[in-house]
Amino acid sequence: MGLLDLFRSKQKNTANLAKQRLQIIIAQGRVERGGPDYLPMLKRELLEVIRKYVHVDPDAVEVNLGTEGDHEVLEMNVVLPERSNGSAGA
Amino acid sequence: MSEVIVVTSGKGGVGKTTTSASIAMGLARRGHKVVVIDFDVGLRNLDLIMGCERRVVYDFVNVINGDCTLKQALIKDKRQENLSILAASQTRDKDALTQEGVERVLNELREEFDYIICDSPAGIEKGAFLAMYFADRAVVVVNPEVSSVRDSDRILGLLASKTRRAESGDGKIAEHLLLTRYSAKRVADGDMLSLKDVEEILGIQVLGVIPESEEVLQSSNSGNPVILDADSNAGQAYDDAVARLLGENRPLRFMEPEKKGLLKRLFGGG
Repeated sequence: MGLLDLFRSKQKNTANLAKQRLQIIIAQGRVERGGPDYLPMLKRELLEVIRKYVHVDPDAVEVNLGTEGDHEVLEMNVVLPERSNGSAGA
Repeated sequence: MSEVIVVTSGKGGVGKTTTSASIAMGLARRGHKVVVIDFDVGLRNLDLIMGCERRVVYDFVNVINGDCTLKQALIKDKRQENLSILAASQTRDKDALTQEGVERVLNELREEFDYIICDSPAGIEKGAFLAMYFADRAVVVVNPEVSSVRDSDRILGLLASKTRRAESGDGKIAEHLLLTRYSAKRVADGDMLSLKDVEEILGIQVLGVIPESEEVLQSSNSGNPVILDADSNAGQAYDDAVARLLGENRPLRFMEPEKKGLLKRLFGGG
């Protein structure tokens, strides 16, 4: 650090910011990578089928692949519009 | 029993070729028979870093296509007789490397060499895929910088799924982190991700930390792998990394900012 640096304002700790951003984006990447390639397509087609009967938003359908013990579990969550009689979740 | 080691990173310009050259030279200096292969078809550069660019007659693709024998294509290093280089082809045909061809050449090399170092191209295309596919170990070269770290994580995902070992269930590839262009001072100032940060994010064991050093450019200018520069911090750090690769236990060096004299501290510079 030179003499002049002493008078400059102290910079923020950007390394910490980098670390936080990386941890979030990498965690997200790992989840996507873990899933089978057909997952996005499956999600799109399911949405189309559901929309034939009920009008739902694209982001009202959530498809996730997880593990429970030895099993892989494909979990689908559909949030139906309020006045519908159908039950949510499958 | 020979070992295939891929030097990879995802992102370009982080020091894969510099690392391949120094690791190959370091292993050879310790008495092992080593060959280092440039997988970057169309963008040959390892020959320059190794200083043998004017001796390339045949290349990797020539061997695969049967235009020459493997022996004809291998360039013997003039400094270290048990080190050979196999140059990349300058062809623009991106399908010049085939999985069968690469496997055939690697099998032939395994008969003669203890270590086969595969210098991967950047990216996740065919060349990078083939460089890692047959590997037993991987050295993942990372700069302490967001895009390099993210790309490295992507590569780690591929190493865990798109390699022969992963596909055959033959045990996981050993993954080593090599952090290059490290500035202990910038880490101390909070401007640069620390080794600990990168280890935590990527979750792999560190093989070495190479400090940012002027000698790396000087070495590439002259075609001498930086590990041969025993006076440079980078050269010494590479030597440590090679020792660790062979199972030696060496403490990390150059992890603290260099202490400056009073004058330098007052007037900056350095």
